[in-house]
Amino acid sequence: MSTVYILWLRQIKRYFRSRSRIVGSLGQPILFLVALGFGFGPVFRRAGQGSYIQFLVPGIIAMSILFTSIFSGIEIIWDRQFGFLKETLVAPVSRLEIMVGRTLGGATVAIFQGVIVFFISLFAGFRLPGVHALIPTFVFMLLIAVLFTALGTAIASKLEDMQGFQLIMNFLIMPLFFLSGALFPLDGVPTVLATIVRFDPLSYGVDGLRSALVGTSHFGFTVDLTILSVLTFFLLILGSYLFSKIEI
Amino acid sequence: MDNNNHIIEVKNLTKRFSSFTAVDDISFNVEKGDIFAFLGPNGAGKTTTIKMLTTLLFPTEGKISLNGYNPMSQKDEARRSFGIVFQDPSLDDELTARENLEFHGVLYKVPGRLMNSRIEELMKFVELWERRDHLVKTFSGGMKRRLEIARGLLHHPKIFFLDEPTQGLDPQTRNHMWEYIENLNKKEHITVFFTTHYIEEAEKVARRVAIMDHGKIVAQGTPDGLKEKTGKQTLEDAFLSLTGHGIRDEEASGVDRMRQHRAMWRRGR
Repeated sequence: MSTVYILWLRQIKRYFRSRSRIVGSLGQPILFLVALGFGFGPVFRRAGQGSYIQFLVPGIIAMSILFTSIFSGIEIIWDRQFGFLKETLVAPVSRLEIMVGRTLGGATVAIFQGVIVFFISLFAGFRLPGVHALIPTFVFMLLIAVLFTALGTAIASKLEDMQGFQLIMNFLIMPLFFLSGALFPLDGVPTVLATIVRFDPLSYGVDGLRSALVGTSHFGFTVDLTILSVLTFFLLILGSYLFSKIEI
Repeated sequence: MDNNNHIIEVKNLTKRFSSFTAVDDISFNVEKGDIFAFLGPNGAGKTTTIKMLTTLLFPTEGKISLNGYNPMSQKDEARRSFGIVFQDPSLDDELTARENLEFHGVLYKVPGRLMNSRIEELMKFVELWERRDHLVKTFSGGMKRRLEIARGLLHHPKIFFLDEPTQGLDPQTRNHMWEYIENLNKKEHITVFFTTHYIEEAEKVARRVAIMDHGKIVAQGTPDGLKEKTGKQTLEDAFLSLTGHGIRDEEASGVDRMRQHRAMWRRGR
C-alpha cells in the first residue's frame, strides 16, 4: 500500500510543481470552448438543438482528461530516459504496485485538470442542472482518467523513445477525440461514422458525462457505465502485463 | 555454490540478444567485504552483467547467487541485498534531494523514524544535508552522484554496485567519492562492486579485478597479480596488453538517441 501511495504522491508533486504545464494544458480546452462554443452556437440553436455550450462542455472536459491521462501514462518513457524507472524497477516491490500507483497518480492529475475545465466552463455560460449531477460526473471522469492512463502506460511500455510520439498523437489521440461525438451530436450521422464512433472508447465517456451533466444521452447511462468499466478493467490488466515485461 | 565467503557467485553466465552474445559464459566470485573492480572497454558486456546481477535482465544461461539468493527466483530478497548507483543518473529531477531519498526508503520499507535519522546521517556523510530541500534539477553532476550514493545505502545493503560512478566528474570530486566508498567498506564491511574506465582508480582502490572483453573475462586477480602476469608496470598497461589498443564502438541505444534529441530541443527553446 505504501508503495502505491508514494508513487501516487510523486505524480501529484510533479504536477503541482510544473505550473507552466497546468496553465499550458488549459489553453487548448479554453480555445475550443471559445472558438467552437461561441462560433457554432448560433447555427446549433437555429438547427433546433439548443445551447451548444451545454452540449460541448462535457466533450471538452473529456478531452482535457483524455490528453492529460494519456500523457501521464506516456511519461514512463521520460522516466526511462532520465533513468528514474530503473530506480523503481530494482526496488523490492512488485511491478503491479508500481503500475497501480502511477496510474492512480496520473488519473488524479487528469481528473484535477477536468475539474479546472469544468469551473472555467461555468464562466463560459455552462449551467449545471443541479448538485446531484456531480457524483455521476465524478464517476465518469474517474473512469475516463484511469482507462486512458492505463492505455498510455501500455503504449509507453512498448516504445523505446519519443520518436513514435507524433504517430500516437496523430493516429490515436486526435482520432479518439474527434470521433467521440465530443463536438457533434451522434443522432443522424452517416452509418460509417456512427460505426466508427461505436468503437471509440471515449464516445462512451463523453456520452456518460453528457448524461450526467446535461441529462441527454445517445447510448444511455447504463450502457456507457458498463462499457467504460469493462474497458477500464481490461486496459488495466493489459497495461500491467506490458509494464511487467519492460526490460531496461 | 556453497562457499560462505562468497557474497557474489557467478557461474557460466551467458546473455544473448537475438544473434548477438553480450556476455559469453563468464564465471567469477566476489568475497564478502571485498572491493571488486570490473573493467573492460566499451561494449565488453559489463553493464549487461550488472543488469543480470541486479534483476533487471534475465540471463540466457548460467547461475547467479547474490548474498545467497537467486536474483531470478528470489527477486525481492536479492533486491534488498544490494544498493546500486547506475551508469546514468536515475534521480527524479522534479523532487527535492530529501524526497528522492524518502521515495527510496518507502520502496525498501525502511521504517519511518529510522528512515529520518538515516537520511540525515547519509546526507551529512555525502555533504548534502544543507541542500536537502533543493530540487535535484539544481544539482551539479557531482552532487547528483553523491546523492545517488546516499540513496543506494539507505536500506543498508550488503553489496554496493557502482557502474562507472566517477564518469564525467572532476578529479576533486572523484577523489572524494572514492574516499567515501573506501570508508564505507572499512566501517560497514559493505562489499563494493564497481566498473570504471579510469584504470588508475581501480588500481588504487580495488583489491581484486576482473577484466572483460568481447563478453568474456580475459583475466582476473589482484592488481599486482595482473601486472606481474603481463609484465607491465601499471594496471593500465596490463589492461591494454590484455584487451588490445583498438578503439571500440558502442552502438547508441534508443535512450542515448533520445538524450541527444532532448538536449537539442532544450537548446532550441
